[in-house]
Amino acid sequence: MTTMNKLMSIDEAMAKITDGMTIMIGGFLGVGTPEGLINKLVEHDVKNLTIIANDTAFVDKGIGKLVVNKQLSKLITSHIGTNPETGRQMNEGEIEVELVPQGTLAERIRAAGAGLGGILTPTGVGTLVQNNKELIKVENNEYLLELPLRADVALIKAKKADLKGNLLFAQSARNFNPLMATAANLVIVQAEEIVDIGEIDPDYVMLPGIFVDIIVGEA
Amino acid sequence: MDSKLIKEIIAKRVAKELNDGDVVNLGIGIPTLVANYIPEEVEVTLQSENGFLGLGPAPLPGEENQNLTNAGGKYVTINNGGAFFDSAMSFAIIRGGHVDATVLGALQVDQQGNLANWMIPGKLVPGMGGAMDLVTGAKRVIVAMEHTDKNGMPKILKNCNLPLTGKNVVDLIITEKALIEVTTEGLLLREIGPGTSVDEVVKSTEASLILDDNIKVF
Repeated sequence: MTTMNKLMSIDEAMAKITDGMTIMIGGFLGVGTPEGLINKLVEHDVKNLTIIANDTAFVDKGIGKLVVNKQLSKLITSHIGTNPETGRQMNEGEIEVELVPQGTLAERIRAAGAGLGGILTPTGVGTLVQNNKELIKVENNEYLLELPLRADVALIKAKKADLKGNLLFAQSARNFNPLMATAANLVIVQAEEIVDIGEIDPDYVMLPGIFVDIIVGEA
Repeated sequence: MDSKLIKEIIAKRVAKELNDGDVVNLGIGIPTLVANYIPEEVEVTLQSENGFLGLGPAPLPGEENQNLTNAGGKYVTINNGGAFFDSAMSFAIIRGGHVDATVLGALQVDQQGNLANWMIPGKLVPGMGGAMDLVTGAKRVIVAMEHTDKNGMPKILKNCNLPLTGKNVVDLIITEKALIEVTTEGLLLREIGPGTSVDEVVKSTEASLILDDNIKVF
C-alpha cells in the first residue's frame, strides 16, 4: 500500500478555489493565517467569496488583503474593528457581514466537523445576536440554538506537517486552525516545515492527518 | 486629571479585586493595565482568548515571537507553567465558568447590570469578539472605565441605549471616581476615588445610587 501523496505546489493547490466558494481561514489578527495561500488567492483574484474567519486582520495583513482586493461578498466573523476597509464595505452595502460571538463561531465550526446539528449557548441571549434565532430552555436556563458552519475549503497554517498531514501548530497561532480543518470539504495546509512520516510523535499530534487533503510548503 | 493618571487609578483599584489563584481575562485598554498592579504575593493566571493560559509581560525588544500575541495582536510572552490550546478550548474555559473574573471596558453600564461595549449603530461596529462569551461565562464581571465619556456625559445610566453585550451581567463597576457594586436592589456606591466627593460622583452618574453606610476612599 502506498501513502496518498498530499504534497502539492501552491499554484496547483490554489487553482482548486473558484468564484463563489465558502472558505474558512485560520488565524487571529493574522497570527496563524497562511499568508502565502492568501497572497496566491489575491493573485488568482477569485471573487464573490464567503469568508468564515475570526477577524479580518489588517489592511496589509492576512484576510485583510482579500477584503482590500474586494474578493468577498459575505463575511462571517467575530471582529472587524482592526480593518477599517471591512467596515467601509459593510456600511456601503458592498459586502454582507454576519457578526458572531467568538466562542459561538468556534463552536459552530466544531459542530459541523463533529457531525452535530447545532449547539445551545447562553452567549447572546438578550442581545441583537438573539434575533431570528430559536430560544430553547433547558433545566430553566435559556440558550440560543446556533447552527453549524461548513465550508468548501479551509486554509490552514501549521508549524509542522508530516506527509500524512498530521499537524503541529505554534503557540497562539493554533486558534481556529484545527477546528476549521474538520469542517471543510477540502483542507489545504501551509506548513513551515514538512517532515517524513514517523518524525512526529503520535502523542504530540494536534490535528490528525485524516483531516488534511493538501500540504503546501512555505512560499 | 490627566488621562494617564485616571487610567492608573482605575487599574490599581481593579488589581485589588483579584485573588490569589484566580484565572482572569483582561480586556483591551484600561483592563490590560491591571496586570501591572497585581501584588507580588497574589498569583493570578491570565487567560488570553486567542488560546493560552499564563499570559506574561511584553517581550524585550528583538525577542518578539511572531506566533505569540495577546487578543489585541500585541506581542507578549507566556509564563512557565502556561498552556496553549485552540479556540474551542479557549471558549470552553470562558463560557464554562472556569474564569474567575473578567475585566472589561464599557461604553455604557446601567443599574440592571446591563453592559454595552461592542457597537454604536451607524458609527462604530467593531464586532463583539469574545466579549459576549466573557460576560456570559466569567464568574465575576468587572467593568473598568472612565466615569464619564469624553464630553463629560455619564456612562453609568438608568438604562443602556446602545446594543447590549450582555444582560444583567455586570458585578462591579470601577472608575477613577467610584467603586460601585451591582446588587439586586440597584447600584451600591461603596467607595469613591481620590480627590472626589460623594456629591460629585452622584452628579456625574445618571443611574440612581444607593449610598453605602460607610463609603471609603480608595
